[in-house]
This record gives sequence, C-alpha cells and structure tokens, in this order.
Amino acid sequence: MNITSAQYSRDAEDTKNVCVVATINGIKMHVPLDPANTEYAAILEWVAEGNTIQDAD
Amino acid sequence: MSKAAELAALIGSQTALSNRNFIINGAMQVAQRGTSTTSITSDTYPACDRWHTQINSCGTWTASQSTTVPSGQGFTSSFKLECTTADASPAAGDYVLLNQRIEAQNLQNLAFGTSSAKAITLSFWIRSNKTGTIATEVYHHDASKHFNSNFTIDSADTWEHKKITIDGNTADIINNDNGIGFLVYWWFASGSSYNTSQSTGTWNNTNANRATTYNLADTVGNEVYVTGVQLEIGEQATPFEHRPYADELASCMRYYQTAVPSTGDVFGTRMLFGGHIVSGNNTFGTVFHIVPMRAAPTITFNNLAFNGYPTGDPTLNGYGLTNFEVYKTANANNNGSYYLFGYEANAEL
Repeated sequence: MNITSAQYSRDAEDTKNVCVVATINGIKMHVPLDPANTEYAAILEWVAEGNTIQDAD
Repeated sequence: MSKAAELAALIGSQTALSNRNFIINGAMQVAQRGTSTTSITSDTYPACDRWHTQINSCGTWTASQSTTVPSGQGFTSSFKLECTTADASPAAGDYVLLNQRIEAQNLQNLAFGTSSAKAITLSFWIRSNKTGTIATEVYHHDASKHFNSNFTIDSADTWEHKKITIDGNTADIINNDNGIGFLVYWWFASGSSYNTSQSTGTWNNTNANRATTYNLADTVGNEVYVTGVQLEIGEQATPFEHRPYADELASCMRYYQTAVPSTGDVFGTRMLFGGHIVSGNNTFGTVFHIVPMRAAPTITFNNLAFNGYPTGDPTLNGYGLTNFEVYKTANANNNGSYYLFGYEANAEL
C-alpha cells in the first residue's frame, strides 16, 4: 500500500480518536483503529518505518 | 452405484459432503466492485470478489469477470486477466500474481500443527493462449511457509482442469483468529528473486522456491481465465461444489460491502440523514452492515450529495463489525436539508 498521508479523526464529543483518515493508493479512506483491519496494520507498519500520524484538527 | 454414493465414496471419510470448499467465490459469480478494471499495475481487487491481483512492475493488465467458461460444467463466470502492456523481461523483484486469502479460523479443521494434520487438494479450471508451466503456492501465513507446486497449460485456448495435492503440515499451527490463514497463489510472471530454485513440494521457508519462468506478461494480448477453484480436505479433487449466488454473496460480504448508486438508481442506494437542521449542530446517521464483517472495515465515502451541510466526507463517530456511525455538522438553518452518501466497507484480509 502506498500511504501518503494519515491524520487522526475524533468523535463528535471530542473525547477520543476514532479512526485515521488516510490517503492510501491515492484514495481517501477512514481507517478504524483495529489491528485486524488490513489498512490499519499497514499504517502501523508505515509508522514503524518512521512516519507519523498527524493529530486531529 | 448412485451418483450420490459415488461422490460419498470419492470423498471418503476425510471431509464433508457439503461446505467442502475453503475458497469463497470459486465460481467467480460475485463482483460487487464491478465486473472490470483496466490499467492495473499494482495490487487490487479488480473484478470478482475475494480475488486479489498483485502486480509489481510487470506490465499493465485488464481484469474482468468473463462469461467464457468450460463447457458443460455449470459455470457462468470466470476471472480473466489480460496483458495490455508487455514486460518481456521481468526484473528480479517483479511479479504478476492472482491470489485469494483465506481466514485462519476457517482452516482449523485442517488440524495443522498436530500429528493429525490433513492433506488438502486444490483444483481449478484454467485456460490461456500461452502454454507452459505455471507455479501455484499455498502460503501458511502464521508459519511463513510456502508449499509450491507446478502445473502445465498443455494446449492453448483450451480449458483444462488441474488438481494439486498439498501435504498436511504437522509442525505449524494455524492461529484460530480472524487473520490470514492461507494465501493461495497463481504465479503468472515472476523475476529471479522468486523462481531461482527448484520447487520441492514440501512446506518450506524459501520464498524463491518456484521452478518456472512462465511469463504471461511477455506479449500484449496474453490472457488467462480461471474458474471453479476449490480447496478441500483430502488427497482427491471432488466435483466443484456449486453454491447458491445468495450464499456466495453473503460469504463475500464478510470482507467487502458497498452501497453505491448504480445507473438508473442514483438515489436508491445511498445512505441518508437530514431533516430540520441548525447551523453548527451535528446530525448523526448509522449504517448497519448486511453481514457482520471480519474486522472493523475501512470506509470510503463516495457520491456525496447535500443541502445545508458543507462539502466533504462525513466523520466516522464509531464502528464495529455490524455497523458504523457518522456525523456531519450543518452549516445552515432549514427544514429541507439532506446529506446523502454512498460508501464502500472493506475488511479484506
């Protein structure tokens, strides 16, 4: 997967991060924080390579 | 002997009379994402559900759900892969693969990692204009082990039925979880990193262990069709187990679901929320999956339409295996507001 951006997104009450909004293979995706999710697992590998998930706005 | 008795005798005591096939959508009936994708140069699910192509710097391809099928076998669809830009000499790390990923917890009756580990048999129909020897592989994900086998396309443009038996693995368990258990591969092209040593027909850790340099990418117009894929317990290939479309669709939906407007049905399939809104307030909506999904899915929104809301995707507010919740903040005060969206929910392995 080609991950070019990743940013946390928070719930409506602004209490917790809900997902990562990422651009993967040129497509905007809302990726849940579930290690069994294939895209989230790829994002964690991407982070392990030195990349950073941006904080939520 | 009746046909049923013949089948029971063929299967023997090794496996069940029904639900034998570990492969989902082996008859290529279901294509929720669409029936064709062009200009493929990388990994994707291009046509038939659950069937994944992996392409690395090795030509350009069109994949489609085809109606070309072996005669008299009861199939209506096949998976077709056609080369549209050639690569006559793949570099070391290049490849063209077709695969299906099988969920680990569905493979527990193989008893891998025990002395009772069962052999399995892969059978499938295949047709290509290019003859030669092709590698298949079952990859045991949790053990990082490969079982490589070769088969031959003997006659061009002719459907052939292939059967490959794979030893049980007594050494390595398959984790009982919702992760990858097996990847079942067809190697239609590969560079030297993947084909430099002889296939041994045993479970091994060598990722170069495929004894063929078959290259479907060498000429524009090369094509391959596959259907009737079955992976089952035992050392014999039984007749393909045809399943009702609805059953196959439900099985596929564990991994991928969508609500995208189709032609002529633009407003019929999108999710909707709205009504009276106040600028600055949030409106919430919940989408229930038709079938519980393997894992919390990645959501991709599409075909947005709105009145009283700003442009852009809704925000994911929660999720699970059975549903997800979204919200959107209104930017107007009115009674006639709406927010429509299509989506894809992807929980593929």
